Amino acid sequence: MTLPLAAVGVVENALVQVVKSLIIFAVVLQIVPLILLLERKLLGRFQARIGPNRVGKFGLLQPLADVVKLASKEQSTPATAVPWMMALAPVISIVTAVATLAIIPFGDVHNDPLFGAQWGLYGVDVSIGVLYAFAFGALAFYGLMLGGWASGSKYSFLGSMRSAAQLISYEIALGLSLLGVVMMAGSLSLTEIVRAQGAAGDGIWYVVPQFVGFVIFLIAGFAETNRPPFDLPEAEAEIVSGYNTEFGGMRFGSFFMAEYINMIVISGIAVAAFLGGWHGPGPAILDPLWVVLKMFLFIVLFIWIRATLPRLRYDQLMSFGWKILLPLATVNVLVTAILVVVI
Amino acid sequence: MLGSYLPALVFLALGLVVGGVLTVLNGIIGPKRPGTVKEQPYECGLPSEVTSNFRFGISFYLIAMLFILFDIEVVFLYPVAVQLEAFGLFALIEIMVFIFLLFVAFVFVWRRGALEWR
Repeated sequence: MTLPLAAVGVVENALVQVVKSLIIFAVVLQIVPLILLLERKLLGRFQARIGPNRVGKFGLLQPLADVVKLASKEQSTPATAVPWMMALAPVISIVTAVATLAIIPFGDVHNDPLFGAQWGLYGVDVSIGVLYAFAFGALAFYGLMLGGWASGSKYSFLGSMRSAAQLISYEIALGLSLLGVVMMAGSLSLTEIVRAQGAAGDGIWYVVPQFVGFVIFLIAGFAETNRPPFDLPEAEAEIVSGYNTEFGGMRFGSFFMAEYINMIVISGIAVAAFLGGWHGPGPAILDPLWVVLKMFLFIVLFIWIRATLPRLRYDQLMSFGWKILLPLATVNVLVTAILVVVI
Repeated sequence: MLGSYLPALVFLALGLVVGGVLTVLNGIIGPKRPGTVKEQPYECGLPSEVTSNFRFGISFYLIAMLFILFDIEVVFLYPVAVQLEAFGLFALIEIMVFIFLLFVAFVFVWRRGALEWR
């Protein structure tokens, strides 16, 4: 039995830890604009348009152009706002999103001659694993809440109240949906969960035995990242843009970026917990490639759903979360517990 | 033992740096042309009706309280889930009793209409 806060994986020396964190962060930061472009391109195709294609080849420089445009805007805060809180809110959103990135496993522990020691291709592998992700996911709510409240605008306020209620409602279902996987793997650590899906463990991707949990996790994940059809906090048709109505320039961009990093994080957790993480044909060097490939599967799904489904009504959203997802997730936990013990 | 948390700290620092830079960026390189109209909160042509004691529905409070109840119960389930196979039948019966109690509370809340959005 491991201690509550102990490391379960390999502990590298400090330099390796810092370097690998920087590499993972840099790579993910490059993926974000790609997803942005992919989303606009795909949405264009879904609506029989071409999508952005003017800035750079295939519109590849479009995200860069957007960032330059946003960065050159004037900073404006309404007179009714609390300025320091408005400055703090986007920082909270970014910090919580980036911090959660640390537990996404991109590869197994390797014996590499480069460092002369063992190292694992993930930010941090702690025995509290998924709880770490949930903790930061719960903190992310302060970003939206403070941002909306501090703006001193009616629409921001309504948007932040909505997002608060939505996030906490779906967090329970999100927590319960991963319990089945935790029971089967017998560990909270995401790398241990991925190993348990390999040939050495159960030898099956948990999406098969835990299909109900997988579906619940996806639905709750959509709600947690405020993606359509659960983007009620920023429903343009009723409350303008919700919590970020009064935000402009790169502060608005930060909320946007945090949303996309959260998408990557939710995809990463889904890949590790349900789709066998780095497992795939080919040599071990291809492991990170498999993870990223499976992640993009989810990201395309995120975009596809956005193009397909209309936004829910607010009372539908709440009753769906409490009356359908919560009982379903609980029954899933119960059935999994019985199966794990009896078989 | 806590040395393994160093990457988490690195990620936190990176997030702080990126977030901090993005937050102050517009104030530094953006234009500064203040005006009284710009200082008003967004509203679609009407006078803004924001006051410090803006009121909102009681349903939000209810949801928050329900969340605290159910989320704590989820947290209680996690330690048992990790050690389920080690404890076997004992843990299974514990979980069943626990979820049964949860279910009773859930039915009560539902029947009292706390889950209806008003």
